[in-house]
Amino acid sequence: MADSGSEEIAVIGNTDLTPSESENNLKNTMVEKGTNLLKRMEINVAEAEKRTGKNAVNMQETYTVYLIETRPVDAASEGTNPVPDSLWRRYSEFELLRNYLLVAYPFVVVPPLPEKRAEFVWHKLTADNMDPDFVERRRVGLENFLLRVASHQVLSNDKIFYSFLTEENGWKETVFETGFQAKADSRLKALNATFRVKNPDKRFADMKHYGDELQSVISQLLRVRARAADRLYGVYKVHGNYGRVFSEWSAIEKEMGDGLQSAGHHMDAYAASVDDILEEEEHYADQLKEYLFYADAVRAVCRKHELTQFELEMAAQDLTSKKQQREELATGTVRTFSLKGMTSKLFGQETPEQREAKLKMLETQIEEGEELVKERNTECDEYVKSAWVDIERFKEQKDHDLREALISYAIMQISMCKKGIQVWNNAKECFSKM
Amino acid sequence: MSAVPLLRGGGQLTDVRCLSEIKTPARSSEISSSSSGAMSLGTPRSLASSGQKNIQDIRHPLCAAEESASSRSADALIHPGSGAATGGGGGEKDLSLPNGTPVETSSPASSSSLLNRLQLDDDLDGETRDLFVTVDDPKKHVSTMETYITYRVCTKTTRTEFDLPEYSVRRRYQDFDWLRNKLEESQPTHLIPPLPEKFVMKGVVDRFSEEFVDTRRKALDKFLKRVADHPVLSFNEHFNAFLSAKDLNKRQGLALLTKMGESVKYVTGGYKLRGRPIEFAAMGDYLDMFTQKLGTIDRIAQRIIKEQSEFLLELREYGPVYSSWSSFEEELHDPLEGVSGCVSNCSSALDELTEDMSEEFLPVLKEYVLYIESMKTVLKKRDQVQAEYETKLEAVVFREDKKTPVPTDVEKCQDRVECFNADLKADWDRWQNNKRQDFRQLLTGMADKNIQYYEKCLAAWESLIPSLQDKQEARDETN
Repeated sequence: MADSGSEEIAVIGNTDLTPSESENNLKNTMVEKGTNLLKRMEINVAEAEKRTGKNAVNMQETYTVYLIETRPVDAASEGTNPVPDSLWRRYSEFELLRNYLLVAYPFVVVPPLPEKRAEFVWHKLTADNMDPDFVERRRVGLENFLLRVASHQVLSNDKIFYSFLTEENGWKETVFETGFQAKADSRLKALNATFRVKNPDKRFADMKHYGDELQSVISQLLRVRARAADRLYGVYKVHGNYGRVFSEWSAIEKEMGDGLQSAGHHMDAYAASVDDILEEEEHYADQLKEYLFYADAVRAVCRKHELTQFELEMAAQDLTSKKQQREELATGTVRTFSLKGMTSKLFGQETPEQREAKLKMLETQIEEGEELVKERNTECDEYVKSAWVDIERFKEQKDHDLREALISYAIMQISMCKKGIQVWNNAKECFSKM
Repeated sequence: MSAVPLLRGGGQLTDVRCLSEIKTPARSSEISSSSSGAMSLGTPRSLASSGQKNIQDIRHPLCAAEESASSRSADALIHPGSGAATGGGGGEKDLSLPNGTPVETSSPASSSSLLNRLQLDDDLDGETRDLFVTVDDPKKHVSTMETYITYRVCTKTTRTEFDLPEYSVRRRYQDFDWLRNKLEESQPTHLIPPLPEKFVMKGVVDRFSEEFVDTRRKALDKFLKRVADHPVLSFNEHFNAFLSAKDLNKRQGLALLTKMGESVKYVTGGYKLRGRPIEFAAMGDYLDMFTQKLGTIDRIAQRIIKEQSEFLLELREYGPVYSSWSSFEEELHDPLEGVSGCVSNCSSALDELTEDMSEEFLPVLKEYVLYIESMKTVLKKRDQVQAEYETKLEAVVFREDKKTPVPTDVEKCQDRVECFNADLKADWDRWQNNKRQDFRQLLTGMADKNIQYYEKCLAAWESLIPSLQDKQEARDETN
């Protein structure tokens, strides 16, 4: 069971994962493959409903809630098929869950949520969050998110995630009790800060670069696709006008009338068929969007590595300078320019007692510093190890998923072509009878 | 009153019995052979030609159809020529017929392909054709004064009106225009097929581009074929000259319209029409409505082409994005490149579709609009002729001296009206049939082009699937 090993899932409060906490989490992931949550539990986001209520500033608002159903896998296979447990969650709660996971597991490429607002919209699609099509696509996206988390070796064992799925009331409070909020803020700050790392791991640097490129290319793809969808819509719909004019024309013809009239109906059918075609393509766009957002998650993991590396380098640098200071004090030579050195030169040397005190202090600091460097070194190594494992997992998943997406896109196109051939063949038959 | 034959309002032309009975190419009535609006067979040729009968010896096709058929077959023998066509000696390197007429026998003009192209048209009512015309082989001519295109006009015929069974001449648009004007002048009671537009905006359209020239060639070909199929127009002397004369310009001056004299003056003005026969009113109404529908269809087609072109622009940007994506992927490199290639293939297919619609669909619509314009003009002329007759008739009816016979010019007017009506009615029915065929062909062609487009795209995507899945299976196997 995933819970065997320890109850000490890292509590976020003071610092980043201590080495022992990391180790714990790693131990959890080293449990044999196949014990992730999804193997034990069926999860789906079954429905969406509109609610109205008072929000934080006591104003009426309308929002959508989603029904999460869970059911133990074993029960279903036993044939009893009990009623699933269920609870309602709204989008903001999903966001809260994800933010928690980002902070709690910085070395994991955390699955993204479906977009908050509709983007890359082409003219027929609305950017309205209340639009039923948008809500439906969001429902699918949220389910996908939960399934991904539940099938992740590390994430699926998280208690907060489990209670998200099973405890409707009081869950929010539980999350805040972990104290992750404070960490969330400092994390964001760190991610956005600029700092230079002297020896970053090349793999992470490359991966970050990959994330940038992926984000850029998928954005471009989605933008052009939306424009193309717009145009395709126009092409199909204008054909509907043929339906009308053929009908009018057939009224003034004798022998040609029937053929024209029925051909016109086929033109109407052709024009109408584009709605379904483009709805299916939206699904493809959603798959691309997921990886657009995944790219961001990848970048965050790489950035975190840079941060840990940077902190290590800072600690090492600090240690080196302290050692230098000790040397100078011990030998009396001033190697580097320092204010203390100048003032002591100007105002006279210190007393032997003062020097002694100083040296002692430095020794302590150096000792502490060496401990810190060791700690940070381990942190760095462990982070690199576990993050890279997840990145490799991500890469494999990405290659698989995107290939599948391309295959289903091709199948969509094939279906569209076949429909087109059929309609035009029907029309051709009518024309030939004119 | 009873002495004067009244024009029947219902358009019943039972006097003109020959029209409905003869199956062979119908001719206008023989009611008045001298000054009718009907067509003359042509003037006696001034060029000497052995074996060619004089006009007077040639039977009117309308009378005794069987006789004319048999007599024609007798004349079908090719007479060894002398003089008629003389191109043989002029340093031509082309192959010539034994009688010296140069006939291009290079492959595009070879008999079988010529016939193949011609046989695309249905044989209406089982009419046997004895005149085949094609327009092909456009060539550019550059001179110091101007640059222009000529087209080769090939004729194959067994008609005795022609000296030779085959002709190959070069004509430019001007010549076609001349022909049409001559036909309009000399056959004002008939519907003359339209020509493609004469003027093109010099800055906007490239008059020498392949597409423009080919579109024009097709329209010119259609024009000549329609004339050749027409039972009256195809026997017109100007048409004959157009097809056969080496140097058209020379002939221009010699064409005589002696018999036409007064009958040319059909554009009479100022006569008021009492009542249009229902038949012709219906024609006018139909033409008005049909023009409207054609206009709408033209607009729709243009709009579709425009939207498709815009879609194509987006596709041309869309495909390459997959390519640039593939450049930084490893496993996904091939699938992404594959998709890029597919999109590119679909783009090309769409380009072809749009081009085809532009070049083959739109011009035919335009042509019909022009056709209808000229038909409406003919209908108006008919109204004028009828109005003239009615006015003159009225004057005569109220003449003082009831005993004097009806003046001949009123009789002539009546003849004119009846001939016009007969010609027009026959042409109308023919036109309706041709129109039905033309549009059946046009719309079926449009459907075909769309089917081909989708088939090309389908093939592209279907061929991609295995390559997308193959790697998958290979990987799964190694796992």
